[in-house]
Amino acid sequence: MTRPGAPPAGRDARKQREPDAVDAPDLLRLTGISKTFGEVQALQGVDFRVGRNEIVGVLGDNGAGKSTLIKIITGYHRPDRGGEIVIDGRRVADLTVARARALGIETVYQEKALADKQSLWRNIFMGRELVTALGLLDLGRMRRETRRLMSEEMGFTSAAVTPDTAVRTMSGGERQGVAIVRALYFQARLIILDEPTMGLSVSETQKALDFVRGIKRAGKACIFIDHNVFHVYPVADRIVVLDRGRVAGEFRKAGVTLEELTRRLQQVAQTGSLDGTPAAQG
Amino acid sequence: MVTHTEARHGPAGGGWVGLARYGRRHATQLATIAVGLVIWLIFVAGAPRTFLSPNIYQAFMSTTPFFALVALPLTMVVIAGEIDLSFPAVMSLGTGAFSFTLLYTNSLILASAACALAGILAGLVNGAIVAGLGIPSLVATIGTQFFWRGVVLVGTGGSGVSLVPTRGTAFYSAMVGRVGGAVPAQMLWTVFAALLMALLLNRHRFGAHVYLIGDNIESARLMGINVRQRKTALFVLMAVAAAFAGLIASLEVTYYWPTLGDGYLLTTIASVFLGGTSVFGGTGTIAGTLVACFIIGAINAGVVAIGLTGFWTQLIYGLIIVSSVTLQTVLSRRLT
Repeated sequence: MTRPGAPPAGRDARKQREPDAVDAPDLLRLTGISKTFGEVQALQGVDFRVGRNEIVGVLGDNGAGKSTLIKIITGYHRPDRGGEIVIDGRRVADLTVARARALGIETVYQEKALADKQSLWRNIFMGRELVTALGLLDLGRMRRETRRLMSEEMGFTSAAVTPDTAVRTMSGGERQGVAIVRALYFQARLIILDEPTMGLSVSETQKALDFVRGIKRAGKACIFIDHNVFHVYPVADRIVVLDRGRVAGEFRKAGVTLEELTRRLQQVAQTGSLDGTPAAQG
Repeated sequence: MVTHTEARHGPAGGGWVGLARYGRRHATQLATIAVGLVIWLIFVAGAPRTFLSPNIYQAFMSTTPFFALVALPLTMVVIAGEIDLSFPAVMSLGTGAFSFTLLYTNSLILASAACALAGILAGLVNGAIVAGLGIPSLVATIGTQFFWRGVVLVGTGGSGVSLVPTRGTAFYSAMVGRVGGAVPAQMLWTVFAALLMALLLNRHRFGAHVYLIGDNIESARLMGINVRQRKTALFVLMAVAAAFAGLIASLEVTYYWPTLGDGYLLTTIASVFLGGTSVFGGTGTIAGTLVACFIIGAINAGVVAIGLTGFWTQLIYGLIIVSSVTLQTVLSRRLT
């Protein structure tokens, strides 16, 4: 993954980064996170933070390490030794999926994270099924909650869709709605969206972006991963650019125009760094 | 059970819409029951004297549990997208442990404990190989099937053990006695096991996770389901059930043969698929498997009773399995 001869540009860029003026400890702070799969180094010494009620856009090409980064944050992958994960100012040494969810980190994966043959309610409550005092599944409550979420949150009005409908019969937008509602239902504080606009129609994409704005209004934080700058720019407070496993640079939206950002991204794609020009940081 | 609530809450109300929806969702299970009814009617028409007397049903209830007790947990294993081919050897391993412990200690309690422990051990080994190391269960359990059978053959030197000393004990009556002089105790065990499995599968988080793992294992992991632990538990449950079924089968004839379990492999697996469980994982029911077990169990006796030779049995097995699995697939493709 590393290109021989290339200067360690990402690391320099990180040193020059302007400090952010946030008083409370960050909701999430990763320091020096690396992840190696066999011989492939997917992430190399990545620093990454998310403030409270901040929308952080993560941009990068395929293979830039976006998915690996979020899978570390959600506890699915264990990072290599040496890095540090701090949530709410407290170091978390052994982050698992269950632990991350308990800490309020929820992820909306691309639609692959739904179990197709299973009913809507089973998908909504996947891994966190409601149980009665006897320890048995509370089917009635899960169905009622699903029905409520369908009409109040997902905007399903068709009588053909019930809590027992298998999700494979639904459209891409509907499935995205299921994945989003699943994340929101459990009092998330940090919502990670993994390419939420992929494969969606124009109007469905707008819905997804409105949903990100809704997260901001609700006072929650969000990591919005995409490779389309035109989707990320309008809704993000800060944009982090990943390239080949490193943080190639980051921008506060207030400090950069869409045109400038687009130009810089092309530069990253060509040279692997933002430092090709004198004014490296936005 | 699921659909009753559904019909009540359904926006379109109950009645025909609810019934149609019920039919769609349970198409494969209904197809199995239909196949079972047709076969039964053929048998009744072909040999009314046999099939209208209670004796034949008593015989079904005594022998079908030998593999039904295994097919029930195997259904859950298949729903989770795995398979266990080692159970015939585990039936023999568990019962061998029982028989030899009984022989040397004369204690039914110690013997039963040895049987259960052998099952747990075999299940943990399968679980460790499949869930822990990620080796496909098809390959892993072919291996453990040979291994445990080998352990039994080496350990016993190929000779069996008489279980006649268990006769007359309360333990014997509880396992294979005739309740009320008519119903074999193993039939009650089977009904109990079916209820327990259905409860586990439909009303417990364990079962919910089994469906999710079989449907989309990646998503199950992403949503924090402990896939390794769930799969290991499935293999342990499966192996303990196999040991129990082996014990029942041996007590019924009061003799333990080291080759016990041979011959149950394909009929048991066939019962699971005949019952409408998908080979691709993610769908299946306990009720479907239970009905299918009795279809498979009835064919052998039925074929002979209507005047065909025993040679016809396998031919008819084949016809029924292929036609009902085809019917199920066509139905579910059309209706969903």
